[in-house]
Amino acid sequence: MMAYPERVLVTKIGFDGHDRGSRVVAAYLRDAGMEVIYTPPWQEIETVVKLAMQEDVDVVGVSSLATDHLIMPDLIAALRDAEMRHVRLIVGGIIPQNEQPELMDAGVSAIFGPGATSEEIVETVRKLAVEARAARETAEVV
Amino acid sequence: MSKKASNTNAVTLKDKQAEWKVRYDKEIGQDRTVVNRSGLEVRPLYTPLDWSDSRYGEDLGMPGELPYTRGIYNTMHRGRTWTQRQLIGLGTPQDYNERVRMLLQQGASAISLLPCNSGFRGIDCDESPLPLLGTCGTVINTVDHMDAALDGVPIGEISTAMNDPTPFTLFAFLLSVAKRRGVPLDKITGTANQSDYISHFVANHMFYRLSQPGARRVFVDHVKFCREHVPNWNPVSVVGQHMQQAGATPAETMGLTLSTAIQYADDCIEAGMDPDNFLPRFTFFFDISISFFEEVAKFRAGRRIWAKIVRERYGAKDPRSWRFKFHGQTSGVDLTQQQPLNNIARVTAQAIAGIFGGLQSMHTDGFDEAMACPTEDAARIAVATQNILREEAHLCDVIDPLGGSYYVESLTNEMEEKIFQVMDSIENTGGMYNAVDAGIVQRMIGKSALEYQSRIETGAEKVVGVNCYQSEVEDREVDTYRPNRDAMEAQVTAFKAFKADRKQADVDRALAELARAANGTENVYQKVVEAADNGVTHGEIIACLRRELGFGHPLMVA
Repeated sequence: MMAYPERVLVTKIGFDGHDRGSRVVAAYLRDAGMEVIYTPPWQEIETVVKLAMQEDVDVVGVSSLATDHLIMPDLIAALRDAEMRHVRLIVGGIIPQNEQPELMDAGVSAIFGPGATSEEIVETVRKLAVEARAARETAEVV
Repeated sequence: MSKKASNTNAVTLKDKQAEWKVRYDKEIGQDRTVVNRSGLEVRPLYTPLDWSDSRYGEDLGMPGELPYTRGIYNTMHRGRTWTQRQLIGLGTPQDYNERVRMLLQQGASAISLLPCNSGFRGIDCDESPLPLLGTCGTVINTVDHMDAALDGVPIGEISTAMNDPTPFTLFAFLLSVAKRRGVPLDKITGTANQSDYISHFVANHMFYRLSQPGARRVFVDHVKFCREHVPNWNPVSVVGQHMQQAGATPAETMGLTLSTAIQYADDCIEAGMDPDNFLPRFTFFFDISISFFEEVAKFRAGRRIWAKIVRERYGAKDPRSWRFKFHGQTSGVDLTQQQPLNNIARVTAQAIAGIFGGLQSMHTDGFDEAMACPTEDAARIAVATQNILREEAHLCDVIDPLGGSYYVESLTNEMEEKIFQVMDSIENTGGMYNAVDAGIVQRMIGKSALEYQSRIETGAEKVVGVNCYQSEVEDREVDTYRPNRDAMEAQVTAFKAFKADRKQADVDRALAELARAANGTENVYQKVVEAADNGVTHGEIIACLRRELGFGHPLMVA
């Protein structure tokens, strides 16, 4: 058992504003007992990093329906620069199959396309939150 | 005598239906209650007990006459088929131009222009991350971009829809191009597709927004400007599509859309305009979901309600004010990434619902549109789908072919009632503008989105390839459109050079006048048009108005 509930930031970066998916996923995670920090669309990369840090989240979930995942590598680099390596990243929405390997290689832990169930998403986030906390402990020791 | 005979018939029918119901219940063996997306129970059989010809005059009438249930024109699709208006937007202006010419050659009868998401965000290409430019729309920041995009396109002869939110910079660029080419402004026809700023606050957060009062001001000025200078342009398109895509049910969507139209009409009247001057230029834009009969009923009911409102509430006397003109777009939410070619079948069913619903113009989605901008193949199939339905399936032969169906008429009446309930709830909170300010509409839509998703999760709502009939084999990969990054980089470089070369004094003066108008009583939109004429860019116009009128933060409610 975790000492306190998983903390997840659900957000959208880039230009797209279709937020139906991020809202539904945020509600699923909340209903599963997690602490969800939800932002409107259009967040700047720097804002996401700052929020992740201030809110001390375990997992950042980015929803992308209209190619905004193409700037995910920028977010990953910014988190690394801010020494937030332990935070786990998931992406949900419309990610063409041929662009998925690049995201996974860059450090995304999971990608959820349409048809992913709430159960799958909740389970994965739980697992990733455990990983994130373990990674943070290790980093602090070092 | 005849009256008595019909009474006897009615009793007989009632008895016969009761007998059938006993047999039905016995054979069906299990509870098969069906509820449509709007929450109305769908019965297994409809008969004259649900709707009968005795209601014909009151409920239906003839096409082109009140209450307009059967269509707004005397001849409907038999006289003139719907306009085939594909939503187009990709890459650079040159990429757009190639695609538009291909579609026109193929039978599209009007064009549309969807700008890049960076434009929706209110910024120019030089302020935008390169990977995101042109992926979902065309980069149009200046009059020159518009001119290139419409090269060889006869803008005085073809109708154009601009996906152009407040403050309508694309339209200003279009007017500048018309002036350059010597095309009189009364030859410019088409629709301001994204003029419905209220929908951008509640449902589609694609767009930068001016503050709600600022957007309201520019909206009314734009309507006034168009009525005075561009008489054949439709400055208002009330967009139900955004709300339905965001999760509102079909009945909620129609109710919220009509409440929005009421708000806009109220605001135009408040500004001193005559209803019969602007109402004929009001248009609507809807999603066509795959819930077939529900969509047909939604459109028929909406048409009837609008004709009633404009006469009773506004005293409109011109029949052109009574006509509920709408564009339909097949719903992207119903499309799936799984087994993507199945989307061709979905789009076909949606398109038929739109046609039977009596639409005036239509966009059919490409089968790959759940993934990205449609590729050329997908765009071609989408247009061909419309051609096949018209030419081969003969869907235009008969006007309102579902009219008189016990089911469809009964459903139309039930949807109408449900729509009125939504409208009443909005009216009770002081109208759409206030309801949005208070977050009431956002909450309604969010709740319905979550409920629908739960229905898919539990299997109550089946989606082929998603929660049933999943494929054993890996989904066939579809090509996804991505713009050429080198061409886009060249465009950004050229744009920077343009900004450095233009007459800065003209730009500064135009922006100063725009700012003054925003703070005074002059028509703000007139100044947007003049700014475009003077080489001011999209991003600069927006930045100025955002500074003067404020930014509109949407109220997010879960």
